[in-house]
Amino acid sequence: MAEPVFIRPESLSDVSTHYCPGCTHGIFHRLVAEVLDELGLRERTVGVAPVGCSVLAYNYFDCDFHEAAHGRAPAVATGIKRARPDLIVFSYQGDGDLASIGMAEIVHCANRGEKVTVVFINNAIYGMTGGQMAPTTMPGQVATTCQMGRDVELAGYPIRMAELISTLKTPAFIARASGHTPLHAVNAKEMLRRAFRYQAEGRCFSMVELLSTCPTNWGMPPAEAMKWLEKNMLPYYPLGVFKTPDGGDRAPHPIQPDGRD
Amino acid sequence: MAKKLMKGSEAIAEAAVQAGCHLFFGYPITPQNEIPEYLSSRLPQVGGTFVQAESEVASINMLYGAAGTGERVMTSSSSPGISLMAEGISYIAGAELPVVLVNIMRAGPGLGGILPSQSDYFQTTKGLAHGDFRVLALAPWSIQEAADLIQDAFDLADYYRNPVMVVGDGLIGQMMEPVEFREDRRPIKELPPKTWASTGWKKDRPKAIINSLFLDPEELERHNFKLKAKYDEMEREEIRFAYYGPEEGELDVLIIAYGTVARVGLTALEELGEQGIRVGMIRPITLFPFPYEAIRNAADRAKHILVTELSTGQMIEDVHLALRDGRPLHFHCRLGGMLISPEEVIDKVHEILEGRSEEIRHG
Amino acid sequence: MQKDIILAGFGGQGILLIGKMLAYTGMQEGKEVSWLPSYGPEMRGGTCNCTVVISDRPVGSPVIQRPRAVLAMNLPSLEKFEPDLRPGGHLFINTSLISQGAQRDDIEVVDVPANDIAQELGNPRGANMVALGAYVGVTDAVSVEQLENVVRHTFAAKPSVIDVNIEALHRGIELGRQHAAGKED
Repeated sequence: MAEPVFIRPESLSDVSTHYCPGCTHGIFHRLVAEVLDELGLRERTVGVAPVGCSVLAYNYFDCDFHEAAHGRAPAVATGIKRARPDLIVFSYQGDGDLASIGMAEIVHCANRGEKVTVVFINNAIYGMTGGQMAPTTMPGQVATTCQMGRDVELAGYPIRMAELISTLKTPAFIARASGHTPLHAVNAKEMLRRAFRYQAEGRCFSMVELLSTCPTNWGMPPAEAMKWLEKNMLPYYPLGVFKTPDGGDRAPHPIQPDGRD
Repeated sequence: MAKKLMKGSEAIAEAAVQAGCHLFFGYPITPQNEIPEYLSSRLPQVGGTFVQAESEVASINMLYGAAGTGERVMTSSSSPGISLMAEGISYIAGAELPVVLVNIMRAGPGLGGILPSQSDYFQTTKGLAHGDFRVLALAPWSIQEAADLIQDAFDLADYYRNPVMVVGDGLIGQMMEPVEFREDRRPIKELPPKTWASTGWKKDRPKAIINSLFLDPEELERHNFKLKAKYDEMEREEIRFAYYGPEEGELDVLIIAYGTVARVGLTALEELGEQGIRVGMIRPITLFPFPYEAIRNAADRAKHILVTELSTGQMIEDVHLALRDGRPLHFHCRLGGMLISPEEVIDKVHEILEGRSEEIRHG
Repeated sequence: MQKDIILAGFGGQGILLIGKMLAYTGMQEGKEVSWLPSYGPEMRGGTCNCTVVISDRPVGSPVIQRPRAVLAMNLPSLEKFEPDLRPGGHLFINTSLISQGAQRDDIEVVDVPANDIAQELGNPRGANMVALGAYVGVTDAVSVEQLENVVRHTFAAKPSVIDVNIEALHRGIELGRQHAAGKED
């Protein structure tokens, strides 16, 4: 009998998700789950789900989970980790949750150096509530609350969370990756692996910002959305490692087509 | 253990530690700062953790996380801070997590002032936050009782898997009185193991999901009925009150007061007794569940009823509910951080007996 | 039997401290006690006061509107609390800092030149101890022996100030007793 070469990670539940066709949440759920499996962390992992499209993430990851109030996942994660430092704690948050209503919690969680991992999904829009402008919506990008496109005179510029968190003095691992091509997804997984490893070693706070698409609310087919991300988001949201606990800050640089980091 | 002269806030904090609470998350606000200050140095001594959060909003969500792991956890704040925590308390109630909350009430609305008040009675017992939930609320009248109720609060929270709030006015936070901690203290309830806690899943139990989201209305209704059953059990099992004054015979006046206001009432009651006036006093110790029946029974033998509160009239609505008959009541209050004195209560009782006090009717 | 007192003065005069020592001594003697401070922004450099109740029975109201005794360490305190004193109550006036006397004649006034005595003893910060001593000397609210123990306990971390504070306390007690004796004569 042939050996299966592609199986569901143990850290993912055997269920269908509610995500829209072409949504990149599925990719990133899988990458997180693969990393938990490969590092052997699943049995001591507690996840924290946000409010947003991934509100039901607790049904998709096969580990203990908390569902947090909107924006508060880093505070909930802090509580879990402080109560049980032996647990591996991660939050999985979107851009409205983390960069808008939850701005205070993410900044202070990072600044305290909580030994938790934040998986930050940036798709430049509010998904679940129907495509409103997010703090990360691109200039000129149309959303239901900026129907003529984001006007930077009124709404300011999109917030670069990885850069912002990297300015904190507290040691951390901060990276940005993307999932719009298989190569980028491989790189994203590597960033997640480093993030969880730093936590498992008790080293530092870690956050990986993952550029994502929202075909439904962007109003385009999934393949086109991937291209839109590359054309519009990549120049503004550079990929790379922004900060490590070892070497202080590093200038971000784009990953190379041949896979060299 | 010998008696110690302790500030209320410190006694509350120490009682929590002795009840096995090794985690505290909070944000500074007067007049309860001595609670976090005390715990910031005390908790590390017992291997515990203190976190000064970035806001009350963050504090309550840290509680949500920590309580979800099954550990005993507490926060404390004062009125405006409790308002900020309201959303998180609703989530905690929805997710059925045991936490202990302390509200050292100050006068409002808004920023108000920092002096004692009982203006959060409605907030505590009726409308703490969105959704259909209750918190079990305990109102101590002395530092010793505050310490005792804090310890009970952890047992009650664990038993009911529900937030328990200890409400004191500013006097409870700032006053010093002798306190004794019982070394032989046993839990007041039989506490079930926390099999629901998120402690890492080795597939030896159902996956722990700490959650208040129920998108299926039938499922949410079942959840709501489950919560209601807990609140009903609290109303059957947890009502606490105290009565002071003549045990038998007709009362000229029945005073109803809680917290430190009842201390003032007790002094007035004793002085009025010396004047030959028969005064009794009922002191609710649980604000939810409220001692409706006890008040109804005591009122049956009283000619007049006087409610005293540091609010414009909040608990008095529950007294009206208790009496059922629309019977008129007398009311005395001080507001804004001003306190009721025994002399005021004595004067009010004389006014009532001489027919000079205006009555308040309900409805 | 209840003894109660409002102690009042400037922030920094050690008012809250002597109130605590009084309550602590009462507790050590097996009495019921409460200590209630004023608190708020005015504590910083402004006036401050605390109420101490010592009783044979559980303390009812810790808030005392008609105190049996008032200690006024400065003029604003005298003006604020003299009217509240019960008829026949004791008014302790720190005459070192207050030049005006009492307005009422239905109370018992005890003049305590607390700062002068403390200065004389070379312990200018001991004025509060002199005042505390005077109160105990007049009212016997707590036993001198227990109070001494509490003073030792309170200043245990600073042994060098124990003796000077006990000396100040005793000068106050002496003054109080002389006042009480003078009244009997």
